Amino acid sequence: MSEFEVSRRRFIGASAAVGGLATASRVTRAAVAPSVQSGSPPVRTPEMIDVTLEVNGRRHALTIEPRTTLLDALRENLRLTGTKKGCDQGSCGACTVHVDGRRINACLTLAARCQEKAITTIEGLAKDGELHPMQAAFLARDGLQCGYCTPGQIMSATALVAEGRAMSDAAIREWMSGNICRCGAYPHILAAVKDVTGSGSGG
Amino acid sequence: MENFTLAVPATIEAALAAAQQSDTKFIAGGTDLMQLMKDHVERPQHLVDLEGLPLDTFSIGGDGARIGALVRMSDLADDPDLRRRYPVVAEALLASASPQVRNMATIGGNLLQRTRCGYFRNVGFGACNKRQPGSGCGAILGLNRLHAIFGGGDYCVATHPSDLAVALAALDSTIEVQGGNGTRAVPIDEFYLLPANTPDRETVLAPGEIITAVQVPPPRNGERSHYLKLRDRASFEFALVSAAVAVAVEDGRIRTARVAMGGVGTKPWRLPAVEAALASMPVTREALTNAAAQAADGARPLAENGFKIPLMQRALMRALLTVTA
Repeated sequence: MSEFEVSRRRFIGASAAVGGLATASRVTRAAVAPSVQSGSPPVRTPEMIDVTLEVNGRRHALTIEPRTTLLDALRENLRLTGTKKGCDQGSCGACTVHVDGRRINACLTLAARCQEKAITTIEGLAKDGELHPMQAAFLARDGLQCGYCTPGQIMSATALVAEGRAMSDAAIREWMSGNICRCGAYPHILAAVKDVTGSGSGG
Repeated sequence: MENFTLAVPATIEAALAAAQQSDTKFIAGGTDLMQLMKDHVERPQHLVDLEGLPLDTFSIGGDGARIGALVRMSDLADDPDLRRRYPVVAEALLASASPQVRNMATIGGNLLQRTRCGYFRNVGFGACNKRQPGSGCGAILGLNRLHAIFGGGDYCVATHPSDLAVALAALDSTIEVQGGNGTRAVPIDEFYLLPANTPDRETVLAPGEIITAVQVPPPRNGERSHYLKLRDRASFEFALVSAAVAVAVEDGRIRTARVAMGGVGTKPWRLPAVEAALASMPVTREALTNAAAQAADGARPLAENGFKIPLMQRALMRALLTVTA
């Protein structure tokens, strides 16, 4: 997994130089992390506010604009890029994270409203180098193709199990309906969820 | 999304005071407002966060239900008492949005969500009387497959998108409102306004007022209720047509029936004529069919949404069969 991650990250880093223009307009100005501009101090505008976010058990002090979404704060300020930006409109579920144990869309959430709350992202699921059972099940069942929706799928799936919704195939499909997979890996995602819940042998 | 200030009051009074300045919006779950701000349909300079207000509890008992405006959709939908006493409300909630959105969105916010009309939500399209009064309506002669067949007019034909509001309308619910001038309780049918020539005004809420709670009267004796939602895909989609029905049957005859439909009106659409046609009828397929056939009487379909007429009739028929089975 870690080797895959590294090579994937390198690939994205390299391709960003080519494909960056197309997506540049989606990145908020505040979200350009000052830390990557070596030497220059962070620019603080009058609009910015100081917030503290607890992410995966660690507290982070951030200076952000009030309009900064939790998704942008995670990705651009904290460099936790496992949480993905798909539609940025709450329709695709790629940005699903847990806030105080509940799955939510980070793109529809203001980071400033998440203080004093416990945020869990895909980076917080593995414990002591061991994948979360849902992560392992997605690998074992090949529950992805391009992988872009996968962090959101896994965060939603772990919540679904905790909520006790995985009563049948139909229930799992319905309660995973907030996560879109444009590659159409749904049968394998269903099989992975069922592996974890023990609700069948999967597909 | 343009920037704004964010106030986080701890009391209702402080929230109402903070909303006195111009260009201010309240934010609760934020699931709709955030979309509208990202699309530049809403451009508030100031947001007042309601999350800290003590409006996040609900009680369900013999004298009805009182649901705080800040209760999350998922928390209400999961309540065993709600499911037992008001299945139409629980089913409407569970047919709404996605699990993630339901974990964020509040009851009050759900009732105040804006229409899904594409002309309203796309500022790149100039004409929308709801967004820009006097600019015209793109939908009346444009893409209107999803639009209203009841309650529209020459200025706006956008449907009200809430499933919950349709269920609450069928149950004669009341909306509690609070503003600078105190509190008031408004029957839900009066809470929502027809567009007429002011489609930018969707409810009787005055600027600076908030919904504090929803009251639902107790179910009628022997009443069963149900919500049926028909849409373009199986889940996570707004209604083409929906039916909220609450029917009490006694000795094989309908004693009372309450019917509201969604996806068809510019506000949650109550059907008193159908209710009257159902009252005292025997529970037979023929009687139910005859009543359901009247569902779309008076409808004014547009070029692309005439299909909603038979769909309304059949949706109501199926909902009535389900609830009287």
